[in-house]
Amino acid sequence: MVSTSPATGTGTTAGPGGAPRAGELIARLRDEENRPALVGYLPVGFPDVERSIEALLTLTDNGVDVIELGIPYSDPVMDGLVIQEAAQAALDGGVRVTHVFEAMRRIREHAPHVAVLPMTYWNPVLRYGVEEFARDLVAAGGSGLITPDLIPDEAGAWIAASDELGLDRVFLVAPSSTPERLALTARASRGFVYATSLMGVTGVRASVGERAEQLVADTRAAGAEHVCVGIGVSTGAQSAEVGRWADGVIVGSALVRTLLGDAPWDARLSDLAELTRDLASGVRSARAAHGAH
Amino acid sequence: MSLAERLADVSGPYFGEFGGRFVPEALIAALDELETEYAKAAGDPAFGDELARLHREYTGRPSPLTEVPRFAAHATGDGAPGSVRVLLKREDLNHTGSHKINNVLGQALLVKRMGKRRVIAETGAGQHGVATATAAALMDLECVIYMGEEDTRRQALNVARMRLLGAEVVPVTAGTRTLKDAINEALRDWVTNVEHTHYVLGTVTGPHPFPEMVRQFHRIIGEEARGQLLERTGRLPDAVAACVGGGSNALGIFNAFLDDEGVALHGFEAGGEGIESGRHAARFSGGSPGVLHGARSYLLQDDDGQTRPSHSVSAGLDYPSVGPAHSWLHDLGRAEYEPVTDDEAMDAFRLLCHTEGIIPAIESAHALAGALRLGRRAAAEGRTGPDGTPYTILVNLSGRGDKDVATAARWFGLLDEGVASEELEKMEGRG
Repeated sequence: MVSTSPATGTGTTAGPGGAPRAGELIARLRDEENRPALVGYLPVGFPDVERSIEALLTLTDNGVDVIELGIPYSDPVMDGLVIQEAAQAALDGGVRVTHVFEAMRRIREHAPHVAVLPMTYWNPVLRYGVEEFARDLVAAGGSGLITPDLIPDEAGAWIAASDELGLDRVFLVAPSSTPERLALTARASRGFVYATSLMGVTGVRASVGERAEQLVADTRAAGAEHVCVGIGVSTGAQSAEVGRWADGVIVGSALVRTLLGDAPWDARLSDLAELTRDLASGVRSARAAHGAH
Repeated sequence: MSLAERLADVSGPYFGEFGGRFVPEALIAALDELETEYAKAAGDPAFGDELARLHREYTGRPSPLTEVPRFAAHATGDGAPGSVRVLLKREDLNHTGSHKINNVLGQALLVKRMGKRRVIAETGAGQHGVATATAAALMDLECVIYMGEEDTRRQALNVARMRLLGAEVVPVTAGTRTLKDAINEALRDWVTNVEHTHYVLGTVTGPHPFPEMVRQFHRIIGEEARGQLLERTGRLPDAVAACVGGGSNALGIFNAFLDDEGVALHGFEAGGEGIESGRHAARFSGGSPGVLHGARSYLLQDDDGQTRPSHSVSAGLDYPSVGPAHSWLHDLGRAEYEPVTDDEAMDAFRLLCHTEGIIPAIESAHALAGALRLGRRAAAEGRTGPDGTPYTILVNLSGRGDKDVATAARWFGLLDEGVASEELEKMEGRG
């Protein structure tokens, strides 16, 4: 298990509203525990708001360091079938954007050491109002945002709002990104850069893209302090492999998949807990025999 | 935008405060490559010559301009016969049956220049899918078309046409199972296969450079029509009417008149069952600015920024957003946009069939209904052209209605009892 209290006394991991910032959390895990962070994704509202919060707390109880809190959206072009299905069910069930703040508050109360970053397509934030969303995010204990369809070139309002409030700003890079764009994205990001391991949408895959390790190296060379890797990671073995060279391992579809289907909710939650522990032990063993990167 | 710049030449990524590139980073390199290649091609006489040859020898351009006096007689209200003239730009007579081929041939030539071998496209009514499948057959490209499952039912014959042409048609079962979801699926394919695949986006929406590039490939519509009209009538029209889904046919014909102050530009959106019903695709009457599919533009959305489903009898107008250049022209006041209901469009559809022997696409019938409205309005207000000449309306007849016969037969009850339901179900692929 991870430590259950923030690094009190140093003040270095406390961001806005006392919430830990992803970058300092990742640095602390690297320096004190010699390991990468485990970033876990689940959408709010699936199968309903209350049970999605139970599932999120299951992640924090079983070794997730950073929560990527999905805001369901009607047109998720970066997501594969698993996350599409869960997001659509959440929308059909009446989930609202404001539920993300409720989920965030509950996670903060339960696990104050965990950084929570909503993952959101841009239009819901635009509609809410960028500054207003940023303020409400701080009030609910959020650390920042992960924005899959917002590139730094289009992010002027968000960069201004997140600068003012000291929020994390996670942009994505892909194997197709040019060195110029890696540099631009690294400069614009705060907390970490999200490297997509392969060309494609979210989903469970047998292997993580072979270009991922090079992309992480290139993104660091372009100036990024922390680079986390997502898309396709689904097992403890994969998280151990990726964790050797990445600052964080991001898992989404594999976690969501444990919650789909008709099994009793408790059984689904226990599958989620088991997978989370497997992933958590993966990141903890990643560098055991290899030393720090 | 400098004051001296012609509206017709405004380029992306932004049209006023609309447009941009709201897409995953994974696509940016391909969009940059496309922008660079398009700029090179636009400056290369060999590219222009080849496209012009295809327009002439393959598409059948220039498309004719047809005056429709018997139809126009219905556009005068109580006014004097002959007080309103209506002329149709006949994009319906292009090879493949709509304006879509103009853009597709241009993009297919770019694909060859970029050395890619696979193309994907979305389609609503099937017109853009058919055009893309056609160009892919012509230029030996692998072709996959994404089409909402609901639309594959409404337009079953176009699905068969695409397959005849060698394309793979993928019915999309996500979301509302219409055009917007077909675009989502095409974008997911593109994110995955972008290194050897080009996305032949079918309208003036999407991330830069698509809105600008697709406009450039369609500006030939307005340029031809302007010359033909000047030759035929000796002057510019008083109004130009076009239907607006994504808005490519409208922008194509508007573009040649944007800098002619005396020419009123009218876009007609799908009013569906009426704005008050909530079942429509009228982005300017019932939407607000937001981001969808890579561009900031007017959009049907709820308070949470979730896309609201659109509705129209016409699959090609059944889309919750609109090209950013139209949002710009709307906010500038340079073009006006109004909804036309399913009922009005179908009445105009039948009127053109009966009075002129031309079966239009239901999409284009929205522009025809709009022209009737413009003519009646002018007649009621006593407006004419210069020196008392007839009020002259240029309509972009963007496509032909062969694909819509089943819908029209059902709408108007045109089949004999007994065969009606069974035959229609077969034709529409229901059952």
